[in-house]
Amino acid sequence: MAKNTLSSRFRKVDIDEFDENKFVDDHDEAADQQGPDAGDMMAALHIALRNPPINSKNPAIKERAQTVVLKVLTSFKGSDIEPAVKSLDKNGVDLLMKYIYKGFERPVENSSAILLQWHEKAFAIGGLGSIVRVLTARKTV
Amino acid sequence: MSLHQFLLEPITCHAWNRDRTQIAISPNNHEVHIYKKSGNQWVKAHELKEHNGHITGIDWAPESNRIVTCGTDRNAYVWTLKGDVWKPTLVILRINRAARCVTWSPKENKFAVGSGSRLISVCYFEQENDWWVCKHIKKPIRSTILCLDWHPNNVLLAAGSCDFKCRIFSAYIKEVEEKPAPTAWGSKMPFGEVMFESTGTSGWVHGVCFSDSGNRVAWASHDSTVAVAEGGKTAVCTSLSSETLPLLCVTFITENSLVAAGHDCYPVLFVYDSNNAALSFGGKLDVPKQSAQKGMTARERFQNLDKKASVDSKEAVLESVHKNSISQISILNGGKAKCAKFCTTGMDGGMAIWDVKTLESAMKDLKIV
Repeated sequence: MAKNTLSSRFRKVDIDEFDENKFVDDHDEAADQQGPDAGDMMAALHIALRNPPINSKNPAIKERAQTVVLKVLTSFKGSDIEPAVKSLDKNGVDLLMKYIYKGFERPVENSSAILLQWHEKAFAIGGLGSIVRVLTARKTV
Repeated sequence: MSLHQFLLEPITCHAWNRDRTQIAISPNNHEVHIYKKSGNQWVKAHELKEHNGHITGIDWAPESNRIVTCGTDRNAYVWTLKGDVWKPTLVILRINRAARCVTWSPKENKFAVGSGSRLISVCYFEQENDWWVCKHIKKPIRSTILCLDWHPNNVLLAAGSCDFKCRIFSAYIKEVEEKPAPTAWGSKMPFGEVMFESTGTSGWVHGVCFSDSGNRVAWASHDSTVAVAEGGKTAVCTSLSSETLPLLCVTFITENSLVAAGHDCYPVLFVYDSNNAALSFGGKLDVPKQSAQKGMTARERFQNLDKKASVDSKEAVLESVHKNSISQISILNGGKAKCAKFCTTGMDGGMAIWDVKTLESAMKDLKIV
């Protein structure tokens, strides 16, 4: 009769970590995120989108950035969204799309409705390409 | 432009012979079908059946009239025409995953195969043993090689890979050629040396192409970007993010203009300005038929509102020539320096031939520099 080995510690080993063919992304330095000032919405949006924590592996930094941007996005009036999106450059629109989709992942109260409005305006400017870039980006916001 | 519908299956890959009277296509199965042009029709002339898996790449050498095919059965065959029959010769690639793409070198003494085994097999013919031998380029490739293109000097090879990078390798085989002269990408070119590696774009590199002089390389990546790199002391990379779905294939039609096509089912023109190192969108190269706009009856409006929640009369029908993604684009006349005609094949089983002069005159503000 086979005797069961007493130790099952091997079951806790993550074998994928030891795979020598494992793909590892290039590492970059993390940038620090700053909070926006209250008042001017356009300026707040631009500041919130500055220095995105793209290269950071720290989930706390990403979480903080996400809440800041979400706060700015939800405090916009519906009619102000379009000029705000128009004021962004190409990279800005891509970055905005990334935050919008991140916001969709965790809906809070009314956030989805506002985010959908932002999504419609950003899609009109960025097109399908900006959505494809959200899906294929290795470094998420 | 003319569209010819071969079959309903996607055309996985195609290759033309030297005088463009015959086309070899693979209709998404284990065979290669060669069609001959007779008048306005395409007649099937040969069927090449030797592969055990789907054919992923075909290339037809114009001078020596040999066809090389590679497939998911991890093999490549070189076909030579003996009389009226194509005879295959097996090439052992020593790979343990599917082959993905194959191209003859400009002098046709070598060919390169990209595969899922994360390496490129460069194969050349050894006279003493009457056998095709291959050498591998492995480092620093980390994932499947999707596309290959040779530099006109027969030594440098551009490879686009699923590890999000486009690289230029040296595929110098001392048994079949002389040491190459220095190029814009570097002067020391031992076999397997990485002359250039791209940074900046993320997304699998679906298509790669050298310009006619070999000083520029362009690649299309899955994050809906097109990028051009110019060789020099330090390689200059410029990329353009587009608003369309990802592009699958790209080719230079002059030294400064690129045509690319992909999941949006129509070819697109890009123009590269080397003085400002800027890449810009030139225009959509499809000329859709203008259908007459009829007024809508109230009933139709209500039906649209009911079915599609909008009163738009735009139908969900593609207006482009190709009805599905375009997977491969090839130059027919004029070479990469002054292309006059190019051909696209796609997943709709159709092959369209585009005339550059007609396109230029049909679209206003389209300038091919």
